[in-house]
Amino acid sequence: MITQGEVLETNKMINEENLDVRTITMGINLLDCADSDSDRLCKKIYDKITDSAKNLVKTGEDISREYGIPVVNKRISVTPIALVASGHSQDTCLKIAKTLDKAAINVGVNFIGGYSALIQKGSSESDINLVRSIPEALASTERVCSSVNLGTSRSGINMNGVKKMGEIIKEMAYLTRKDGSMACAKFVVFCNAVEDNPFMAGAFHGIGERERVINVGVSGPGVVKYALESARDADFETLCETIKKTAFKITRVGQLVAKEASDRLGVPFGIIDLSLAPTPAIGDSIAEIFNEMGLEAAGAPGSTAALAILNDNVKKGGLMASTSVGGLSGAFIPVSEDHGMIEAAKSGALTIEKLEAMTCVCSVGLDMIAIPGDTPASTISGIIADEMAIGMINNKTTAVRIIPAYGKKVGESVEFGGLLGTAPIMPVNGWSCERFIKRGGRIPAPVHSFKN
Amino acid sequence: MNGIITVLGKDSVGIIAKVCTYLSSEGINISEISQTITGGMFHMMMVVDLSDSQERFDEISSGLKEVGASMNLDIRLQREDIFDSMHRI
Repeated sequence: MITQGEVLETNKMINEENLDVRTITMGINLLDCADSDSDRLCKKIYDKITDSAKNLVKTGEDISREYGIPVVNKRISVTPIALVASGHSQDTCLKIAKTLDKAAINVGVNFIGGYSALIQKGSSESDINLVRSIPEALASTERVCSSVNLGTSRSGINMNGVKKMGEIIKEMAYLTRKDGSMACAKFVVFCNAVEDNPFMAGAFHGIGERERVINVGVSGPGVVKYALESARDADFETLCETIKKTAFKITRVGQLVAKEASDRLGVPFGIIDLSLAPTPAIGDSIAEIFNEMGLEAAGAPGSTAALAILNDNVKKGGLMASTSVGGLSGAFIPVSEDHGMIEAAKSGALTIEKLEAMTCVCSVGLDMIAIPGDTPASTISGIIADEMAIGMINNKTTAVRIIPAYGKKVGESVEFGGLLGTAPIMPVNGWSCERFIKRGGRIPAPVHSFKN
Repeated sequence: MNGIITVLGKDSVGIIAKVCTYLSSEGINISEISQTITGGMFHMMMVVDLSDSQERFDEISSGLKEVGASMNLDIRLQREDIFDSMHRI
């Protein structure tokens, strides 16, 4: 029988330490919506999404009430639209973006991901159409999220794509200049993108997935931080054990919620994403965990090691707690969504270069980083190329979600509101990489042996 | 299905009586009660049987909240599974 102490512990995690289920994301296959007529295609997409996810939000809210744990977001991911819109024009892609937005609003989810293309080795005609339409699609919709996979460890990096991304990120920053270049916050590029990620902006329903699936992202940096208070000044073994035990408990709740959502919706359970995803709230921060570990600020020497410890032990603890782990799983280090990271960036403790080093051991990559609006497109492409190279060589997922905030300079900040938070404009290395990016072509697949 | 009721707040006369009266009026059986008072703060945990009232979960949950509000207490009803999942393998 459960003891009073155990009940108290769980409720303290929820009420005081910001434990929540960050997202229940329903993946929906749209390949069967294919149609040569664009109106019929959009209607089929709309009908399929609104029918599949009609009870998603209500189910999330019911579970939240009955278990007493917040289920913060209810979301949808769909088959990469570049595949669904094969044979169609750029205009049709835009029409689909608006259809996705309408469907998301209808069922009440706050984001829908999958306005995506997988171009790691090269682009098809429909990939090109979709990629060209991304800036306008994101500027003219509210809830659509977009992603492009630019590289994999198996096929190398599509440098033509990398060059193009710098340009479209600048374009979407300009198109949404009145909203702090908000469109850039809904767009991410990947190396080694995963097919079952429930988190935005990079969620899409992979082509190896089932018809429909429920993926759940758990969170709880606050819980880890509070747990580490009990291990203050203890040795590293104790530190690791504490993180593992906490991650196990957090993940068990995620597994319960995922199973329950899957049963109630009649949609198979896919994976639990074991991510520690911060929010701008005090006590829900990865940077605070670093402080608790003994670093003065995120970005101080030791930050990469601290993040490696956190990332690895979250996985070790979480893996046993769920029947199936997937997605991005690990610790996210978005700057604008974590008040401790914001402070560290403002004070100069945290730089883009240090963040880049940290992405070698975190679960994703450079995330929610605002840079000056006049940063050249080639420099953005250079930052992306570096991040893709880290992913490709190290067989891990890496990503870039960067916001060249139009008209803003270092020292200013840009406000996105809600979970996306506030991003201080961070300085960028001013040396040019234009000639490097201009080369175009592809970086061939790396060698998979002789690891040093 | 079991539910866990937690009651938290300043101690006063008749807390248990009021909560139990409400549960009895809803036909809900209590299978376990544990209670502590630390520094004048009252904390109680109850395990209740909700097998016959699963559909009325929301109604009972808000009924308990009202009982709590009338005595300045925080009363919550949660399904037991969340605690089992977290603390038992």
